[in-house]
Amino acid sequence: MSSFLKKSTVLGVGLLLAVSSTVFAQGTLRIGMTASDIPLTTGQTDQGGEGMRFMGYTVYDGLINWDLSSATKPSDLVPGLAESYGVDPADATKTRWVFKLRQGVKFHDGSEFDADAVVWNFDKLLKIDAPQFDKRQSAQGKSRIPAVATYKTIDKYTVEIVTKSPDATLPYQLAWIMMSSPAQFEKVGKNWDEFAKTPSGTGPWKLTLFVPRERAEMVPFKDYWDKARVPKLDKLVLLPLPEANARVAALRSGQVDWIEAPAPDAVASLKAAGFPIIINAYPHNWTWHLSRAPGSPWNDIRVRKAANLAIDREGMKELLAGLMIPAEGFMPPGHQWFGNPKFKVKTDIAEAKKLLAEAGYSKDKPLTVKAIISPSGSGQMQPLPMNELIQQNLAEVGIKVEFEVVEWNQVINLWRAGALDPNAKGASSINFSYFIQDPFTGFIRHLQCNLKAPTGTNWGHYCDPEMDKLLDAVRNTFDPKEQLAVLQKVHEKYVDDALFLMVTHDVNARALSPKVQGFVQAKNWFQDFSPITMAK
Amino acid sequence: MLGYIVKRIIYVTPVALGVSVVCFLLVHLAPGDPLTSVLPIDATAEQQAQMRAIYGFDRPLIVQYGLWLWKVLHADLGNSIASGRPVLSEVSRAVVNSLILAAVATLIGFTFGSLFGFVAGYFRNSPLDKAASALSVFGVSVPHYWLGMVLVIVFSVQLNWLPATGAGPGGSDHWRPDAEHLRYIILPAITMSVIPMGIIARTVRALVADILAQEFVQALRAKGLSEWGVFKHVVRNAAPTALAVMGLQLGYLLGGSILIETVFSWPGTGFLLNAAIFQRDLPLLQGTILVLAMFFVVLNLIVDVLQTALDPRIQRG
Repeated sequence: MSSFLKKSTVLGVGLLLAVSSTVFAQGTLRIGMTASDIPLTTGQTDQGGEGMRFMGYTVYDGLINWDLSSATKPSDLVPGLAESYGVDPADATKTRWVFKLRQGVKFHDGSEFDADAVVWNFDKLLKIDAPQFDKRQSAQGKSRIPAVATYKTIDKYTVEIVTKSPDATLPYQLAWIMMSSPAQFEKVGKNWDEFAKTPSGTGPWKLTLFVPRERAEMVPFKDYWDKARVPKLDKLVLLPLPEANARVAALRSGQVDWIEAPAPDAVASLKAAGFPIIINAYPHNWTWHLSRAPGSPWNDIRVRKAANLAIDREGMKELLAGLMIPAEGFMPPGHQWFGNPKFKVKTDIAEAKKLLAEAGYSKDKPLTVKAIISPSGSGQMQPLPMNELIQQNLAEVGIKVEFEVVEWNQVINLWRAGALDPNAKGASSINFSYFIQDPFTGFIRHLQCNLKAPTGTNWGHYCDPEMDKLLDAVRNTFDPKEQLAVLQKVHEKYVDDALFLMVTHDVNARALSPKVQGFVQAKNWFQDFSPITMAK
Repeated sequence: MLGYIVKRIIYVTPVALGVSVVCFLLVHLAPGDPLTSVLPIDATAEQQAQMRAIYGFDRPLIVQYGLWLWKVLHADLGNSIASGRPVLSEVSRAVVNSLILAAVATLIGFTFGSLFGFVAGYFRNSPLDKAASALSVFGVSVPHYWLGMVLVIVFSVQLNWLPATGAGPGGSDHWRPDAEHLRYIILPAITMSVIPMGIIARTVRALVADILAQEFVQALRAKGLSEWGVFKHVVRNAAPTALAVMGLQLGYLLGGSILIETVFSWPGTGFLLNAAIFQRDLPLLQGTILVLAMFFVVLNLIVDVLQTALDPRIQRG
């Protein structure tokens, strides 16, 4: 009997192992990225949203993560390596935050994640004389956490962070900060270049191969703390394919199974060949940022509203093969911060002409404006034809547009310099694509009076005391529900005052092989690759 | 001969210095901020200033040049701003990849170019000449990125015979000259070979036609030398010029082709330059351009020396 039991147990365990190995043996997913290099692998990634998508939230975690589990509901923050967090209720200044860390979390190298690791990681970015200070990671990470003043361990699993002033947007800032392994850094001789080859985070994926500019391979981290997010695939391969046609060719020839940002003119043929095009709304905005500096023609709200009513967004959607969501505000429709603005962003030529006539302009007596645009650029979609369409639309109602076309990196420099910089050559608008995923990137950086460029990031020198009060309220409202209400008010004012030319949102398009299954495209710049499997 | 080589090497020194100045200044004069690639766009002015100091971009241009040149003379091209990796290792890896591609493309281009050129020159005004000339005109005229895309559509997408992108299944780090890896090089090499093929064919055709019209060929034929014997004389006379043209073409190809390497995602110098330009990665851009320019200078030197050795009519004075 005892022998029978032993045999049965062995057989049972064997079967269980066989079943579980088939559960995890779900093939290899090869992704063609738009980046020209593998994003920085050491923790704090480069290459913007794409870098974080593929090398941030895969290999690493933040204290706070984004919820990437749903394609339908708005994506919000969720606890990551911090199990719970909040501003200390006993602190009258509302600047002291306490983070309770998740216990039992391991880095890929087997070392334990604890409070010392958190402090070590902040030093990596902020403490210039720390042995682990890394200028590349600091360049990427420091500007993401402007609120952080000090930080220290309270006990093995508790960390304190003190902000420079009350700032309820701290959790959004911390969702950028990825935790690298101090033990691995020691093991590789305290050298970030070596760490880059064999990085170690706490994320669901473990990097196993890194060929600069060519290839990165990852395998599931079976000891990942969130068992629901242990990857089902055997392997994830990242390939930099910056040229759009090369990506399409690679997908169609079976060299990759997934491509980011297929060119709009390839969409029809890809669909016809059986490659699904996956799209969803996400916090991206393609806009004309309008100057509000003295003398700008956009200081007249009638002109701003008229321009917004003149844009043929449906025509633009056709131009982009459907790969856009027409703007109804600054946030995409359905976003949690959208609120209920009174000004309806739509196409209404008659109303646009009426508003312009009130402002003293018409087709015969047009207003002339100058816009800085680029022929291409990160997140810029198809800027030349899109801007030409806007030029035509505005000309129809009485706004004559002159373009100052410059290369994308120069656009970034001009954006940093602000609307009053002589290099802007009198331009009163700049075409820019924005990451608008958190309160700072979405609103504060563009709208707060004390952030006027070039010292800050308010390109248009916009300043409205009423808006400033709302933005202060965003920073001082620590209850998430109440903060949401304030953010909605900010957006309502934004739209009602027609602060920018609200044109369109990108849809995060990607083309997949029909073999790719189980992907849930979150309404977020980042995505979760854990639930994906590959059909045979 | 030795004196001539030493003299040519001495001539190369001011050229190399000039090249370094141009490399350095060109990338600095171009608009754009070198920190664009490392800083998020909304980094504050203070953070920008801090990073500028860390990377040394706050120093006067002449000081930056001096420091850069000093490092270059010690075989250190600095570190890439975007990736942090040493430029020398980045460029070395890319040069090897471009060298492999250029060598295969040159081999194809020179073989078929010479073949078409000799055929066209030998059988002037015949249908063979017209066909060979048409092919060579096609070679120099066709936009090669377009040809690359057409080849990809036909052989990768439609027929699925050859891979469309990359240097191999495991990246160039794992490149080896086996059948699997050679499949990856066929399309970019053919695309790259059409221009040198066209140029070499046209050059050789003109040379052969010119040589055939010379009196010594008539004399050889009058003496009863077989046509094969005459052909060998023609080849020997055409070889130095054809070699010089091939050397120049190899130089151009070694520089990599930004378009071809981007279309095929071939990790060579063209692909690297493209990335460096878009990222405004100054050290990488300077290092790559310098290495390529020096390649060209050295290659010219070698071709000059070889040509002098092969053709006794060239003076070494």
